[in-house]
Amino acid sequence: MLTLENISFDVPAEKGEIGIIRNISLKIEDNQFLVITGPNGGGKSTLARLIAGIEKPTSGRIYFDGVDITEKNITERANMGISFAFQQPVRFKGVQVLDLIRLAAKKKLAPADACEYLSEVGLCAKDYINREVNSSLSGGELKRIEIATVLARGSRLSVFDEPEAGIDLWSFQNLIQVFEKMRRQTQGSIMIISHQERILNIADRIVVIADGQVTKEGPKDRILPEILGTASAVDACKFYQEDK
Amino acid sequence: MQGIDEIQLRLLEEIAGLHEVPEGAFNIRANGQLATRHNTAHIEIVSKEDGTGIDIHIKPHTKKESVHIPVVLSQSGLTEMVYNDFYIGEDCDVTIVAGCGIHNGGDAASQHDGIHRFFVGKNSRVKYVEKHYGSGDGRGKRIMNPTTEVHMEEGGYMEMEMVQIKGVDSTKRSTAVDLAADAKLVIKERLLTHGTQDAVSEIIANLNGDGSSANILSRSVAKEDSTQTFIAKIYGNAKCAGHTECDSIIMDNAKVSSIPEITANNPDAALIHEAAIGKIAGEQIIKLMTLGLTEQEAEAQIVNGFLK
Repeated sequence: MLTLENISFDVPAEKGEIGIIRNISLKIEDNQFLVITGPNGGGKSTLARLIAGIEKPTSGRIYFDGVDITEKNITERANMGISFAFQQPVRFKGVQVLDLIRLAAKKKLAPADACEYLSEVGLCAKDYINREVNSSLSGGELKRIEIATVLARGSRLSVFDEPEAGIDLWSFQNLIQVFEKMRRQTQGSIMIISHQERILNIADRIVVIADGQVTKEGPKDRILPEILGTASAVDACKFYQEDK
Repeated sequence: MQGIDEIQLRLLEEIAGLHEVPEGAFNIRANGQLATRHNTAHIEIVSKEDGTGIDIHIKPHTKKESVHIPVVLSQSGLTEMVYNDFYIGEDCDVTIVAGCGIHNGGDAASQHDGIHRFFVGKNSRVKYVEKHYGSGDGRGKRIMNPTTEVHMEEGGYMEMEMVQIKGVDSTKRSTAVDLAADAKLVIKERLLTHGTQDAVSEIIANLNGDGSSANILSRSVAKEDSTQTFIAKIYGNAKCAGHTECDSIIMDNAKVSSIPEITANNPDAALIHEAAIGKIAGEQIIKLMTLGLTEQEAEAQIVNGFLK
C-alpha cells in the first residue's frame, strides 16, 4: 500500500550537504504491522516525516495505493488516509481534548463516543474530555491523547514516531497493550518507530535503519533474534533493573 | 420585538445571544433611545433624571436572576455617551449581560461610549458578560470606549467576561476595581483585532482588604495591520493575592504591547504577573494538517480555541 522508491533526504551543511536518508526503498503491505528500529540519529523520524509529508524528499518517489504522493502536501496525504502520531505531541492553549478528537474523527462526535477513544488508550475519559491540550497535561497524558487522535481517524496507514519516548516505564507498560490490541483489531497498516522489545515482538516485519540506510529488513522471527541485546531492541524491564 | 428592526435584531443576537425577549429584567437601547424595558419584583431599572443613562437597582438577597442591558446602533454617524449604574444589594447571585453592537453602513463614524459603575454589596456574587461587535461595510468607523468601575464590599465575588471579537475599529477600554476584605475578582478578556483596528485595554485592581484576590486573564489575537496594547495593574494594599496573565498571538504585520505591573504596598501581598506574545507555532499547524485540515483551517481552529 505504501512504497518508498529510492528516497533520499539531504540537509544543507557547512560544506555541501549531509544525507539524512540515503536511497531508501521500502514497502508496507495492506494490514501489515511494521516496526522500524535502529540507533538514535539514524534517520527513522525523518523517514516518518517524509511519509506524512512534513518533509519533502530530495530525490525519490513515494506511492500510496499506487498513487504518486511525492508532491502532495500534509493535508492531502491525511485526507487520503495517512495518520501520524508525533514523537513530541503539540500543545494547544484553549483547544480541548474533545475538540482535537472531533477534528481527528472529522465529525461531531458525541462526548460519549469521543470518550471511547480515550478509554482505549487508558485514560479515564471523563477526567480528560474537557481538559485543554496545554501544559497542564503530563508528557504521558499528551502521548496517549496523541495516540487517541490517530485511533479516531481510523486511517489506512498509521505512523507512530517513538510512542515510548518521553513517558515513564509504568505508563509505557500500559501503552504496549494499546498497540497489542491495535495489532489484533486494526483494519489498515501500522508503522511504528520503536526500540522496545515488546513492540518489536508484535511486528510482522522489522526494518533496521542506521546512518540513513536500511541495514536489515525481514520478518520478525528472523530479524528480532539478530538485534536482541543491541540498542535497537531494549527490554524495558531489564533497563529499569539496571538503573536500580 | 417591539421597536427593533432587522439589523438591530442581528446585532442583539451577536452581543447578547438574544433571539426574543429575554427572561428577567432588561433594557434595550437602540440608536440612542430606549426601545424596550422590563422590571421584575427584585430588579428595577430607572432612567436617570437628566436622561444620560439608567440606574439598575437589585434588591438584597436576589438570587438566580439576570439583567440584560444591550445597546445597538444602526444609524451611521451617531455618537452617544451613556452612564449606567448598578446597585447590587447584599447576598445576591445575579448575572448581568451588557454589550454593544454597531452596524455602520455609512461614511460617518458611529461611537458608543459607556460608563458602567457597579456597587457590589456584601457577599454578593455577580457574573458580568460584555460583548462588543461591529458590522456594516460603510467607511464610517465603529468606535467603542467602555469605562467600567467596580466597587466590591466584603466577601463579594465578581466575574467579568469581556469579549470583542469582530468589527470594532477603535476601542479604548478602561476597567478599575477596588476590593474590600475577602472580595474576589476574576476578569477574562478576549480580544481579536484585524484590518487597521486599534485596541487599548487597561485594567486596574486595588486589593484593599485582607483576603481579597484578583485574577486577570487576557487572551488576544492581533491580525493584519492592527495594534493592541494591554495594561494590567494590580496594587496589593493588604494581605491579598493577585495574578495577571496576558497571552497574545501575533500575526501578519500586527503590533502588540503587553504591560503588566504589580505593586505590593503590604508585605503579605502575593502578586504574580505573566505575559507572552508569540506567533502560532508551526508544529501546531502541522499537527492539525495531519488531521486533514488545510493550513487556513488549522490557523482558524487555533485562533478560535485560543479565544474560546
